[in-house]
Amino acid sequence: MKVKELIQKLNLELTSTSTALDAEVQNAYASDILSDVMSHAKDGSVWITLQTHRNIVSVAELKSFAGIILVGDRKPDDETLKKANEENIPIFSTKLSTFEIVGKLYELGIRG
Amino acid sequence: METRLDKTLEILFELKVGDAMKKDVVTVGPDDAMGKLNEEMSIHRISGVPVVEGKKLAGIISISDLIAWLSAGVKDSKVKDWMVKDPQCLYADQPLIHAIKRFDQLRFGRFPVLDRESGELVGIITNGDIILGTLKKLEQDYNEEEVRRYRASHFFEDINADHLDLTLAFIITGKDFDHAGRASTTMKKNLKRLGLQPEIIRRAAIASYEAEMNVVIYTDGGTMKFTITDEKLTIIVKDRGPGIENIELAMQDGYTTAEPWVRELGFGAGMGLPNIKKCSDFMDLQSVVGEGTTLKLEIMIGVNDESKRINPEAKS
Repeated sequence: MKVKELIQKLNLELTSTSTALDAEVQNAYASDILSDVMSHAKDGSVWITLQTHRNIVSVAELKSFAGIILVGDRKPDDETLKKANEENIPIFSTKLSTFEIVGKLYELGIRG
Repeated sequence: METRLDKTLEILFELKVGDAMKKDVVTVGPDDAMGKLNEEMSIHRISGVPVVEGKKLAGIISISDLIAWLSAGVKDSKVKDWMVKDPQCLYADQPLIHAIKRFDQLRFGRFPVLDRESGELVGIITNGDIILGTLKKLEQDYNEEEVRRYRASHFFEDINADHLDLTLAFIITGKDFDHAGRASTTMKKNLKRLGLQPEIIRRAAIASYEAEMNVVIYTDGGTMKFTITDEKLTIIVKDRGPGIENIELAMQDGYTTAEPWVRELGFGAGMGLPNIKKCSDFMDLQSVVGEGTTLKLEIMIGVNDESKRINPEAKS
């Protein structure tokens, strides 16, 4: 499923100006521990987290993530947003909790 | 590590039924005579035909239905009298792996393929189409891989010397979380430009990020130096202290001395050094309390086979 289809189906709010919304997404990973994400998430995944500081963009870049979903209506810090825009990495915000958004992604056929 | 079989599986998830199906479909109408079906099948040398009314699928009819009609000896029969109604279908947007499972379950020779939104017939797929589609994709990936390899060898062949190494160094500022990860992300881009294999880049990215974060989290700062030869990538990370008291303990999964505020940011979970070890072929950690720590890593380039990797346990 393409990133832009996820936005539509999950009613995500795109907070960054990224245009990279055609990437095909098959996997997702939910964790707030950066080392855990580095070690276990598959390349190209969508990452679900509550961390909003700018280091999440570095992690997303290193793992070639298709996007980051911030849960509980969190918004990225200004510095995070600036860096995400530079690197063209989409950051989304959802009002749902981690549990709820992960359930919905799973329903759409996204796997770990 | 990824095996070739995983790669094939990946392709089967990546490719959609719509990518592998035949789009040019021979069809018949429900009111066509069975004699016409007989002709169509022998002209096109096919063993099954979807029955279409308007643009919607009404049924499917195969060679076994044709034989049944012939042996019944009924003349002037119509397709709709012999076809299978409401046949099992696939949708063009389903992954190819799903199609394989359906073939396996139902043992059919073919499936009509529908567009999910309009419900119209858009193609037909057989086991042979799946194999052809997968092979085409593998060929395409292989060509891309060859281009990458060419670029890598190109770089080292363009510059002449008996021994060549390229060294790139970065300065890491301690406690500066705002710029943390800069060295690793920049280096990942450099390695891509040099045309290194994706698997090597992936491991180098994880190992260097963890090493960089350790310097940011725990020390007053340091340097990170990447040296690339045609044989291996060496990463040397040096910091100015405080040093590690017990290296054995620090290497343990989950052991951490990070302060609570650092852990709240998602760092310092005690996974950094074990992650580094997992990603490198050789790892050496030297530390003097009060002076500093030097971490040396090696990742073999071009050796993508786990069994050929140098065992880190034996060396550290």
